[in-house]
Amino acid sequence: MTPLGHVGELAGTYDLVVIGAGPAGMAAATLAAEGGASTLLVDENAAPGGQIYRGIGATPLQRRELLGEDYWKGEALTKAFAASKAAYFPRASVWQLSPDLELGISSGGRTAVVQARRVVMATGAMERPFPVKGWTLPGVMTAGAAQILLKTSGLAADGKVVLAGSGPLLWLIAAQYLESGKRFEAILDTTPGSNWAGALADLPRFLASPYLAKGLRLMAKVRRKARVLTGVTALEALGSGRLSGVRYTRGGKTREIEADHLFLHQGVVPNINMASASGCELDFDPRQLAWKPKLDEWGRTSVAGISVAGDGAEIAGAEAAAERGRIAGLDALAALGRISAAERDRRAGPVRAVLSRYDRGRAFLDRLYQPAQHFRVAGDDTLACRCEEVTGGQIRDAVKALNITGPNQLKSFLRCGMGPCQGRLCGLTVSETIAEARCVSAETVGYYRLRAPVKPITLAELATLEKSESDVRTVARG
Amino acid sequence: MSVSDVLIIGGGLHGCSAALHLTMRGASVTLVEKDYAGRHASGVNAGGVRRLGRHLAEVPLSVASMELWHRIEDLVDDDCGFESHGQIKLAESEADLDACRRRSAELRAAGFDHEEVIGEKELRELVPAAAPHVVGGLISRADGAALPFRTVQAFRNKARKLGARIIEGTAVDDVRRERAAFAARLADGRTLRAPVLVNAAGAWGGRIAARFGETVPVDVVAPMLMITERRAPFLKPVVGATSRTLSFKQFSNGTVLIGGGYLGHADPDTNRTVLDYARLGQNARTVRELFPAMRDAQVVRAWAGIEARTADGIPVIGPSATEEGLFHSFGYSLHGFQLGPVCGAILAELVSTGRTNLPIAPFSVERFRTARTA
Repeated sequence: MTPLGHVGELAGTYDLVVIGAGPAGMAAATLAAEGGASTLLVDENAAPGGQIYRGIGATPLQRRELLGEDYWKGEALTKAFAASKAAYFPRASVWQLSPDLELGISSGGRTAVVQARRVVMATGAMERPFPVKGWTLPGVMTAGAAQILLKTSGLAADGKVVLAGSGPLLWLIAAQYLESGKRFEAILDTTPGSNWAGALADLPRFLASPYLAKGLRLMAKVRRKARVLTGVTALEALGSGRLSGVRYTRGGKTREIEADHLFLHQGVVPNINMASASGCELDFDPRQLAWKPKLDEWGRTSVAGISVAGDGAEIAGAEAAAERGRIAGLDALAALGRISAAERDRRAGPVRAVLSRYDRGRAFLDRLYQPAQHFRVAGDDTLACRCEEVTGGQIRDAVKALNITGPNQLKSFLRCGMGPCQGRLCGLTVSETIAEARCVSAETVGYYRLRAPVKPITLAELATLEKSESDVRTVARG
Repeated sequence: MSVSDVLIIGGGLHGCSAALHLTMRGASVTLVEKDYAGRHASGVNAGGVRRLGRHLAEVPLSVASMELWHRIEDLVDDDCGFESHGQIKLAESEADLDACRRRSAELRAAGFDHEEVIGEKELRELVPAAAPHVVGGLISRADGAALPFRTVQAFRNKARKLGARIIEGTAVDDVRRERAAFAARLADGRTLRAPVLVNAAGAWGGRIAARFGETVPVDVVAPMLMITERRAPFLKPVVGATSRTLSFKQFSNGTVLIGGGYLGHADPDTNRTVLDYARLGQNARTVRELFPAMRDAQVVRAWAGIEARTADGIPVIGPSATEEGLFHSFGYSLHGFQLGPVCGAILAELVSTGRTNLPIAPFSVERFRTARTA
């Protein structure tokens, strides 16, 4: 690969621009570059890896077992990418992608616009919001944020730590944390017991999946070292000015434990911010309870030339992400005329076979770890939109009093989703809270119409865009 | 089949305002909107409530509308977020100041005195954050800004309260004259009939006019806007510039709105707009040069609405030249928001009495016919 350090080093046009250097992005870029396409991979981080392989090659944690064997699977991908001819632009953000495949790329306070012939978005997942009372107190953070600190800086929280929530990633993070010598006061498992009934139907396929042994090992390891309290049905962060404890309900009894840190996690959902702002149509997935881009079997979105690969398409984990990156890469090569459709199909065959192995256990995990509705919808006194400090109660009142049908109409009345995050973090909570108040599905309620810039950009940066002749066509305003 | 006195196509500010004023006059009104009220130009514009710098033909209407704005709560039971801290065009040079003086004199000659030239001292008091090279400006003191979507909703809700029937989320597939009435076939299969039809379809207004044989040259355009994160309060009036295009305003919550009529691309068939970043870059440079303290402000959102711009830059208001009972109110060319309250009243007058006291001759649809045959 050829590393870039400055927007001035960008070419004006690329055959393929890949956004995000996680497993899907690296795999797609490597394959496309090997196939002769001029390829650019843009990523915000200093080194490739994405979230799952974050800091690989740069982590200060040198004991390999500490992050688990899966983490090191990223090495092969990283090495193949390093050996490829792709251009790689780290520490750069894509703040916009237009439906005509124009990308706004910023780095070091300057910005440039690049034209792509194809785009693969590999923007990954984000943590599902976990709106409980007190979740904005200092001392409360997402488990994913705690994991990032651990991977990139080797930092772990001092003092009493409580981990609460549900899902495979929760167990992985717990294991990594314990492995680094830290401890938890308690792990509060909020997985609803009633989920088992629905999940059982998918159990046979799960038993044949690669996740089973891995998951059991992980859970056993965590249970040996930490107190795990299952069946938690209510949760609240306590404290005035900063977290002092956690109140939880289990088996009908409510208790409190002291805590300096609370890590919250209830699974990850596709990060659809850029897909949505680029005009890609979205679907609500009732099993994963999340919005995802509408895609065909090659990962193509409803916008010509834009594909999505990896967890940004649907949550399926790192290994599946890499395979889907390969499929998107093959499709890009075919669309660019570098390979025939027949060759694309032929080469995709074995990739799909591997992929189906990873798909096997997914339905079981999705059903088992579906978070309870009261942990997805903001309560009356709980903040849904943190930027503008709008509570679940305010949303319900507005829906009733003003006959509001969806998140976009709500903006004008409550400023919900109008703050610095622009609804990119709270969108799911707000959609589901409105849906609950209206007694309809989240699909009916819809999602925020997200806008560019999808990443922060200052006026000074924007002002560095070169002036074009078309700029002068301006008119008076109203 | 459903019959009312008046059928309005388009649930923007002009359609909703016409619905309100018509119901106030006792007419039975049905309004059809293909999306939801305020979804396009009316709900997503800069919210400027501005007489300053208007086309001379529009000034009488704008002045009359401003009187309605200053008692907007009496009209629609909501203040619409209207605040009146004045609008100012900055003068960056002596030549700019001369232009301001000429404009003020021209307006005075036409009988209006709301635009005044101010010198550097007063400008600095009103806009302390302006760049050092700014030497004065042109001010219209009672102008201001309102919240667009909230305004449209207020007009819509009041019209509905007074009995107007408002159908949202349903497009008009076809509209034609059938004997004494207009018949509009809706996408859901219903047919609405009314002896009077008001075309307030904004960017889609040209298509409606064309169905009745009136070709109005309109561009469908997408003026872009940006909003920044919250900043410490530094600006009360709405600010523009004399020799560049800018619309710049700080809301009471600290966020700053930046516009200036820079155009993106609009697709009226899909409701989508695409931003043109090179032009937003130009917009950002203007702000950087006029308000240096804004350099590090984060842009949190950029967007564009879909609007119609006529060939001569002023709207079409008044009766159709080809079809009796049809009235147009569209093509506001990126500055229709302030005119919303009065234009609804004008339409209601025209429909009810056949005339209005306000001078609307310059907005006649016939001007384009004359231009074509000339």
